Parts: sequence; structure tokens; C-alpha cells
Amino acid sequence: MSVHLLVDFGSTYTKLVAVDLEKEEIVGTSRSMTTVKTDVLEGFDLALEKLDKAHPDMAEITAISACSSAAGGLKMAAIGLVEELTAEAAKRACLGAGALVNHVYSHHLAKKEIKELQQANIDIILLAGGTNGGNKECIIHNAKKLAEAKLDVPIIVAGNKDAEDEIDEILSASDTEYYIVDNVMPKLRQLNVESAKEVIRKIFITKIIEGKGIKKAEEKTGEIIMPTPEAVLQAAELLAKGHEDEEGLGELMVIDIGGATTDVHTIGRGLPKRTEVILKGLQEPFAKRTVEGDLGVRHSANALLSIVSPFGFRKYYREPDTIDEDDLDDDFFESGVKKRQEQIDYLPDSDEERAFDRALARICTDYSMSRHVGSVEVVHTPLGNMYYQTGKDLTGMKYVIGTGGVLIFNEDPKAILREVQHKSDKKLELRPTDSEPLIDEKYIMSAMGLLGQKHPKLALRLLKRHLK
Amino acid sequence: MHTVVIGVIGADVHAVGNKIIEHVLKKRGFNVVNIGVLSSQEDFINAAIETDAKAILVSSLYGHGEMDCKYMKENCEEAGLGHVKLYVGGNIVVGKQDFKEVEARFKKMGFDRVYPPGADIEEAVEQLKEDLGSP
Repeated sequence: MSVHLLVDFGSTYTKLVAVDLEKEEIVGTSRSMTTVKTDVLEGFDLALEKLDKAHPDMAEITAISACSSAAGGLKMAAIGLVEELTAEAAKRACLGAGALVNHVYSHHLAKKEIKELQQANIDIILLAGGTNGGNKECIIHNAKKLAEAKLDVPIIVAGNKDAEDEIDEILSASDTEYYIVDNVMPKLRQLNVESAKEVIRKIFITKIIEGKGIKKAEEKTGEIIMPTPEAVLQAAELLAKGHEDEEGLGELMVIDIGGATTDVHTIGRGLPKRTEVILKGLQEPFAKRTVEGDLGVRHSANALLSIVSPFGFRKYYREPDTIDEDDLDDDFFESGVKKRQEQIDYLPDSDEERAFDRALARICTDYSMSRHVGSVEVVHTPLGNMYYQTGKDLTGMKYVIGTGGVLIFNEDPKAILREVQHKSDKKLELRPTDSEPLIDEKYIMSAMGLLGQKHPKLALRLLKRHLK
Repeated sequence: MHTVVIGVIGADVHAVGNKIIEHVLKKRGFNVVNIGVLSSQEDFINAAIETDAKAILVSSLYGHGEMDCKYMKENCEEAGLGHVKLYVGGNIVVGKQDFKEVEARFKKMGFDRVYPPGADIEEAVEQLKEDLGSP
């Protein structure tokens, strides 16, 4: 009898999931506030105590795996040459590795941008630029600028391989910690992020964890193996693809609505479905993640209101019968948002408040979807209408999985997920049209991503059993 | 090996000539970056920047090429690609016009080489080699 304990050091909560490996079942889950500021183990111990108390007959814990997004998660800057090409490829590599990317630069780095990088709180820089055999002048220029800036941030070089040797010389002459990996865009529009992602994870495990005060947790939990968003992405990929004879669910999407951000993950090729549609732009990753830093139901609640305006908010708010429609004035929305922004651990205590949270989550879903999915543009040609597609065609997605506190703890999460199919009035968006909503009721997505590293089949079975 | 960007500009979807050009140039020792049909000026320019291309070869067959190629040279210069050779060929103007005049117009627009419908691709390859010199 043995139990594998999965730990997620989140920004607010430390969450535990205990899995019995022989019985192939989830023994229990528990959570406690994350305690990065004092000793991260305090929160962990408290959560473990709760778990022990609730399941006194739990078998011995023989293995622990952990992921973390505490202390702001993993923050990266992406640098490329052309905004839509290598800069975008670099950004996608960072996102796929579970990072938050608030700084993206293209072309030659200017003094002002270097200054921004010096002031920003960044964990890793990903430097790209040029296809293999293509432009190397720009990436060399940027490598020089970064070396001169003495940033004390590890740099991953993932650009034109023809520039590697020169960059190697430049960076080795400075005190910079750096890694040279495969080009994120070896050929025009071809995306190649795996080797960059691998190094990001390696740096995260060895360095970042320490800087954020989470290293101490490793005394008890063993290595923290990845950022939480990557664990979710891995779980999604496992669930979609299946493992050996255990079948997966096929193409699917995961929406993770948090207090500060909304993450959307899709597993699927997303190619055009009709012959007259021509695909444009950079290749899309099979497992794609986007993060919206302005969409969240607590820290970002205010940003939400400014995105939709109180008038627009009304369209997302389906009030319970107890509230008079006349009361739904601008004040109502502004005060509701303010309350959540100021008290980030606020839990709704009435039908109206739950409806309010649902409205916020609806906005997050609708807007994050709009930014994640591809779109189609009509071109009128002398040969008749043709269509450009940029991004992924997700109209055929079979499942949309919802996770994150606000979805899981709301009494009608599927109403929130239906917003995925909301018709946009701006452009032809390729959103899922007929997908089945599933809810991560037990909050186990990231845990199963971790478990899947060693026991993929079991993680897959548990996901299939518990997503409802 | 010289890198060249090829593609079909504007709302034009004629793909056959584009494939032939790719095939021939590859065979003749060029590194060909083919951005395909329905390509905008911006697509050509972005591709040329990332791949450090020495020439951009624009195809157009549907008659609207002149409109699509307007200010292309200026846009290249704006993007730091003033040194990149610009070629255009195909059925690049509306109706049947005297090619001498068409050529003069496109040269004035900043194109280095202009080819009429049915031009011999071997001839164009020789001119490309001549213009780019040895790699």
C-alpha cells in the first residue's frame, strides 16, 4: 500500500492531492494558505495535517511530487526579431513552459528597453531572432546589449544557429549565466519550442524555486518539478492523447480562471477544415497555452470592469430573482468589483454575490477565448471568395474543461463554460461550437500533470473518472 | 547559398507558377523561402528580415499586381531592406498593355527586374545570379 502525494504551491493556496497507487483512486484532497513569506512548509504541514485528520487510515506516503506558481510564478521576457515571427515564437515557448510573459521585445533592444528589463522582476530571458541561416546581426546586437546590462538573470539563447558561436563568446566573456539551445523558429513560420522549454524547466527547478523561498519545501517534498501551468498543460495533453491502450478524449480545451489571470490550453492541431481556407502566420503549437494577465476574478476584477464597462457587464450578469433590475446601476458593479479587488480571498456568501462571481468568470471566459482562438477573414478574389485563417480552428473541440477556484466552487459552472461559444460580433472567431463542458470538480488537473510523469496511465484514468 | 523569398502577392491564389519557381530555384542552388499564395507585402518583408534574404521575388497572375506592389520598395526601405533585390513577374497589370511601358512603370516603382507573362524562368535565374553575385 502506498500513496503518491501531489503538491501544488499556488499563489494563494497550497493544495494537496493524495493518490493511492494500488487502489488506483484519489484518497483525498486538502488545502491551506501558501506561506511563502514566512516558511513555505508551514502551509504545507497544515494542509498535510488536515489530510491526515480527514483520512486517518491513509496508507504511507511513499512519493511526493510538487509544482509551484507561488511568489508570482515564473516570469519571463521574450526577445525576437520580427514581432509576428521570432518574437512570437519566443513568447510561445515561454508560455508553453508555464511562464508569465509581460515583456516581449522585437528588433534591436534600445536603452529604454534594457532599462525596463533591469527594473522588471524577471526570472529568465529567452533570446531569439533569425531563422537558421537567416539574420544574425540582430540577435548578436541584442546579446551584446544584454551582456553589457549585467542583469543577473539567466539567458536562454534560442535563435539563428549561425550566430551561436559569436554569442557564446560574447556571453562567456561577461558574467552572465546562459544556455544555448535549438532555434525556436529554425525555418520561416516553423515553431520548435521543445528544447527551449526543457531548459526553462531546468532553470526553474534549480534556480527560480530558491529565489522565491520555495526551495525549503524540497526538504520534505523532493524536487519541485515544474511550474503549475505546465503541469496543467501536461495533464491536458495526456488526457487528449491517451496512453498506450488507455484511450484519450481527443481534442480538448482547458480554461483555468484564477484571481489574477485566466489560462487557456488547447490540445489539437486546429488546421483549417475547408479547402478554400488558407492558413497564415506562424505555426501553432499542438499544445497551446495563452495567459491573460488582465482577466481574473479578484486581483484583476477592476481590469475586467474597464474592459467591458458597466453597461457591457450587465450582459454577463444574469441576476437571481431576488434582485430588482433597477438596482443594477453602475454603482452596483463598481462596488462589487472593488470588494473583490480589495479582498482577494473573498468568498461569495449570497445568491447575488455568486451570480456576480459568475458574471466575472463569464467575462474571463469570453474574452480569453476571443484572444486564444484563431479567426477567419474573407478575401474577395477574382476567383470568388477565399479565406485566410490565422491561429487555430477550434470549432471541432469535443470537450471544454473548466478549472480554477471560481469555476469549481460555483454552483453552476457549466453556465460559465457555455460562454466559450459566445458569438463574437467583431470577427469570425473559430470558437468551439458544440463542445461538452466538463468540470474539474476535485481540482486535480495540475496534480494529475505531476502524477502523469511517473504513472501516466493512472493519471489518465483518474482524470477520466473525475472530470464531470 | 543565397536566400530568396518567393510568393504570390495580394488576393491571388495561383499556386502552380509559384511551385515551379520554387522547384527551379532550389535546383539551381538557392535557399528558397516560399511564403505561398495570398501574401501581403508585410509577409514578404517579415520573411526577408528573419531569413536575411538577398532578393524578394513577387508573382502575380490575376491582373491586380500593380496595385498590390504599390510602395513595396518604400516599405522595404522602411524595414531596413533597401539592399534587397526586388523582382516581379507574371500577368502583373490589367488587360493587355505594352510590356515596355509596364516594365518602365514597375522599375520606377523600385523593382530591379520585371518579367512579362510567359517569361523564360532560366533567363530569370541567370539574371538573379548576376544580380546577387557569388554567395
